[in-house]
Amino acid sequence: MRLSRTERTVQVVIYVLLTLLAFLTLYPFWNSLVISFNLGSDTSLGGITFWPRAFTWENYEVVLRDHRIAQAFVVSVARTVAGTALSILATAVFSYGMSKTELAGRKYYMIFCIVTLYFNGGLIPYFLLIHGLGMMNTFWVLIVPGAISIWNMIIFRTFFKEMPAGLEESAKIDGCGHFGTFFRIVLPLSGPVIASLSLFVAVNLWNDWFTATLFINNPKLVPIQSLLQEIMNANTVTEQLRSQGGSNFLDKIFQARTVTTKSLTMATMMVTTLPIIAVYPFVQRHFVKGVLVGSLKG
Amino acid sequence: MKARWLKQWDLQLMVVPALLFVLLFSYVPMWGIVLSFQQYNLFKGVFHSPWVGLDNFKLFFNAPEFWQLMRNTVAISLLKFVTAFPAPIVLALLLNEIRSMAFKRFVQTVTYLPHFMSWVIVATFVTSLLSVDNGSLNILLQKLHAIGDPVNWLSIPEYFWAIIVSVGVWKEIGFAAIVYLAAIAGVDPALYESASMDGASRLRQMFAITIPCISPVIVIFLILAIGSILNAGFEDLLLLGKNPVLGSVANVIDTYVYRMGLKEAQRYSYATAAGLFQAVVNVILLVVANRTARRFGHSLW
Repeated sequence: MRLSRTERTVQVVIYVLLTLLAFLTLYPFWNSLVISFNLGSDTSLGGITFWPRAFTWENYEVVLRDHRIAQAFVVSVARTVAGTALSILATAVFSYGMSKTELAGRKYYMIFCIVTLYFNGGLIPYFLLIHGLGMMNTFWVLIVPGAISIWNMIIFRTFFKEMPAGLEESAKIDGCGHFGTFFRIVLPLSGPVIASLSLFVAVNLWNDWFTATLFINNPKLVPIQSLLQEIMNANTVTEQLRSQGGSNFLDKIFQARTVTTKSLTMATMMVTTLPIIAVYPFVQRHFVKGVLVGSLKG
Repeated sequence: MKARWLKQWDLQLMVVPALLFVLLFSYVPMWGIVLSFQQYNLFKGVFHSPWVGLDNFKLFFNAPEFWQLMRNTVAISLLKFVTAFPAPIVLALLLNEIRSMAFKRFVQTVTYLPHFMSWVIVATFVTSLLSVDNGSLNILLQKLHAIGDPVNWLSIPEYFWAIIVSVGVWKEIGFAAIVYLAAIAGVDPALYESASMDGASRLRQMFAITIPCISPVIVIFLILAIGSILNAGFEDLLLLGKNPVLGSVANVIDTYVYRMGLKEAQRYSYATAAGLFQAVVNVILLVVANRTARRFGHSLW
């Protein structure tokens, strides 16, 4: 197809705009990476944008040796793995039951669930509930409250409904109950939807920092995002680490004066983001599929 | 009914525990809004705390910060609405004009990325880029001789709304465009063919075909957006509006509930009342928006 002159100009403008958008999206990542590899004392002189001026591993050495950061990373990994497994399994079983037309009370159950998508009690009643359940300062608060997701239930349910009925019938003839059919037949055939939803759940768990801010004081149970949030606030970092005592974070800062709060924050942030950036290119297509399933079918 | 229930006990066993879970984690807090009508005391509990009627609401409406909170909440969410709502539609329309599949996919892949970053990470980016200490924005503006000394952007109330709104668009534009791109992909190609035969330009086709064809999707998202018009944001305001200087522009109802109820004070009942006020306004707006949309032939439910 031949383009007129104005149309060609429009094309050029669109390419320029989108390139600019892509640049603006990537620049903060790149700039942070560069700062994390630049000598802290040198960064504070200014002028670090696209390339490190005084390359160093020092910031990462400090960060990777810090016990609190290592601990927080472990907490985040454990929380993400356990929380995803729990949420996907519990929600899948629930959804399978909800997908059966013979389920007595199905309509009422569904309304019961949908209501929660539009109304909630708000922050304070939720806080008091967790408090009342004795879940404050436990690992459980990081994984249990998300175990049943109504959105994911709706997506799972749609998927299960579309499964060929013949498979399940043959399982039933072979003497499988609902649980047997689900675990032996349905679950193994649900790979794609499990993959998509697991990724969403995992990313949300990895990224969640507010739960721990609300419910966790014990430094041993703080996930990496919440720790980063603490570190980010340059003023509080010194106070907090000092008051907790025993952290080698501060000692390192004073030993090596070339490390600054900013360079450490950037290095910690890169460590925090790395898992997501590393899996991102592979899972991106799953994410997109998940969104479309959720928004168009749900 | 009972017999049927017993007969399918294993099927019921799959759903009932989950429903009890929803009852505990969603309905118990909903019932917990009764404490906005009490003078709640942690040691007495909901059952023994004294009832105070609407006192907490009166207190909130008469609080010196009430009008400031309302102004900030409405202003920030309106600003977010007029930018974050059309931005992904524009992006999807622009992407649709791109013929090079590789470039299109590249832009899409890149712009989805920020959606998967937590607000802590995004706030760290923003704080770093806007800081006096090697902040890229200051470096750029100094090179252009637009400013003399570096500016501490996150400590100047006048700039705060612009920053919050831009960051919001930056984070979600790509991801929000997915749905619109899918809608555009579903438009019947025959419409474009006949339009170009009639000599309609690409731009004309965009306005005469693409936009009308995806309008149902736009309307659904419009209704949802109106229903949450009092949700000015929470994590972004909390993390970027940390500087006390920004209080007069960064405090919204959501952050106020958090500060009054948990962070700075334990005024549980008062904070719940403030949150309930916001929730009720949201539900009313959602219903009104949906009614209006229904009159034009679209509806959420």
